[in-house]
Amino acid sequence: MSTVKLYPPKPEKVYFFGTCLIDVFYPGAGLDAVSLLERENIEVLFPDGQTCCGQPAFTSGYRAQAIDVARHQLRLFDEPWPIIVPSGSCGGMMRRHYPELFDGQPEEQAAKSVAERIFELTEFLVHVCHVRLKDHGPDERVAMHTSCSARREMGLADTGPALLRQLSNVTLVEQARASECCGFGGTFSVKHGKVSQAMVEDKCAAIEAAQAEHLVTSDCGCLMNIDGHFKYRKAKVHGEHIASYLWRRSS
Amino acid sequence: MSVKTFTPAAFHHQSAQALSNPQLRHNFRGAMDGLMAKRLGSFDSWDIEALRDLGQGIRQKALRHLPDLLEQLEASCQRNGITVHWAESADDAGRVITELCKARGAQSVIKGKSMVSEEVELNARLAEAGIEALESDLGEYIVQMADETPSHIIMPAIHKNTADISTLMHQRTGTRETNDAEELTHAARAQLRDRFQTADVGISGVNFAVAETGTLCLVENEGNGRLTTTVPPVHIAITGIEKVVAEFKDVPPLYALLTRSAIGQNVTTYFNMISGPWRGQEVDGPEEVHLVLVDNGRSRMYQDEEYAETLQCIRCGACMNHCPVYTRVGGHTYGTTYPGPIGKILMPHLLGLNTTKNLPTASSLCGACGEVCPVRIPIPKLLVRLRNEAVGEGKGNIEGAGSARRPMEAMGWKLFSWLARHPRCWRIGVRVVQACRSAVPKRVAPWTDNRVRPTPAATSLKQQLAQRRRS
Repeated sequence: MSTVKLYPPKPEKVYFFGTCLIDVFYPGAGLDAVSLLERENIEVLFPDGQTCCGQPAFTSGYRAQAIDVARHQLRLFDEPWPIIVPSGSCGGMMRRHYPELFDGQPEEQAAKSVAERIFELTEFLVHVCHVRLKDHGPDERVAMHTSCSARREMGLADTGPALLRQLSNVTLVEQARASECCGFGGTFSVKHGKVSQAMVEDKCAAIEAAQAEHLVTSDCGCLMNIDGHFKYRKAKVHGEHIASYLWRRSS
Repeated sequence: MSVKTFTPAAFHHQSAQALSNPQLRHNFRGAMDGLMAKRLGSFDSWDIEALRDLGQGIRQKALRHLPDLLEQLEASCQRNGITVHWAESADDAGRVITELCKARGAQSVIKGKSMVSEEVELNARLAEAGIEALESDLGEYIVQMADETPSHIIMPAIHKNTADISTLMHQRTGTRETNDAEELTHAARAQLRDRFQTADVGISGVNFAVAETGTLCLVENEGNGRLTTTVPPVHIAITGIEKVVAEFKDVPPLYALLTRSAIGQNVTTYFNMISGPWRGQEVDGPEEVHLVLVDNGRSRMYQDEEYAETLQCIRCGACMNHCPVYTRVGGHTYGTTYPGPIGKILMPHLLGLNTTKNLPTASSLCGACGEVCPVRIPIPKLLVRLRNEAVGEGKGNIEGAGSARRPMEAMGWKLFSWLARHPRCWRIGVRVVQACRSAVPKRVAPWTDNRVRPTPAATSLKQQLAQRRRS
């Protein structure tokens, strides 16, 4: 169950946790997220020692290894600034699971402090920055896929669509079974490849049936999966991280 | 291949088969879409979250006092004239019920729907003793006729469409082939009617057993449950020990949650409250009523604070209806009595992880199950815990712990963990990945079966940010 979160006023500075997928595969999305934050007159701090939130190990059953990874990340955010994560699944890991992993441990307080300061990017832009986006892009039909972690672990089904609706030339289309998983699920996509493939095929078909020209998502796992399938089929729909899409159209 | 030979160990093969069966996928997709919409509609004028809190509280309270409540239930039942039997294992349950039937010289049994009876393979055990058991729930009747097992805990024959059922009934009972579901239902009803009257024993499940009053509540839509429990001279109710609730006033909220979560109904056609055998002045009722309380691994789950939450389950099936895996592969694919998300937690406890280790991983952890569970069982969290046990990193005492451990994989995660704690080495790792970006093979199965391979960027976010800051 998601608890009601009280949002702070807009801070001077924020930490940025770039996530390992963005770092290696989608650095552009990370840069664009930083640009969106900087445009709101916020100084973005990028702790050098950041690696991965530990979620892949955690969901694969390697809890002790995940705890070790998480412990390392806890040390990166000494000052009390909000921590912005451009991914619902890493955000969910850090907000929901860190306190649980360190329950009764010496790092319990540190884990809680980090968890309380975690904000998913679109959440932060909507609820803390109260951004107003000016759309400079062409008319376009866009589908949004909100990741399951953003939707269910962080309770953020609306912040991505809310930002897209600010773009005056964008039509946000309704896809069938929008809340259904795209089939990524980390190692699930490898351990149960066939089921995962069936899921992504259905997700892409629903997006196409809604006549979307573009697909945006706030999670790079979903993006790699959904856009990967569109590209495999040489489909017309083009996928992009929401940070890049927002920045591209509003800058 | 008969679904009866499906096993949890062969989940991969069975899921691949199911996925390549367009009819099966169509049947499940259509049915599950309908159920999801109906569920949502039925909670329309309710504060669903408040009701879920209430349901969770009632079930947690019952489980907290489970040993005491079971004793109280036994005493209350006995006061009502219901004989209580305890069955530690599936064998025990089979033996108790077979003996009760034999004592009455029973040759034929009519059954209401009971998943616990499926769990203990009751029909096969009765058959061994020469007793014929006939399923009277329409879905179960169809499944039994097809020599299959249920593919859903609420709608056992949901994998079949009207045409499948028409053909089956035509072949087995000689009914006219038709696409009219109502005509088929009437035919089945006519076939079953006599059997209620001639059966020696009626066997049913229980939805809620009330410790306070010794009342066995049975939720159903077809009236077969009422006939099963009132017409034959003996009624045997079989249920798991976790189905007990403390007080009578606990029943309405759970009932409200059960019917809505299961099939989007505000109320079922029948709600039976069984409080003992015929007492002489009543118009009908069995001469004997028995309650068989089955443990079969439940008290072992109960010992573990987290896994014990699974026992909150009221068997509504909502987790299945909303599961993106279940809705695509169907219930038989799991090869277990209880399929879907809740089955992925229950079955490793009933069967051990040796044979069920592929079930906890068959989830993208999307959380749809946990979101709809009427009693808030944290299914995704428990799946992660089971994965932890399966790879031998956990602390629980579940049978088969460690059976999914692969040394290379374990080493891989240890290496990942070490790198993620040593940022300089991690950065070197990232550079190596970048350097090899053009060397990533075109095909990386199973990912590239229907997606392009992910290609690392030439420079990482960290490098690009540093560059930007310099300029």
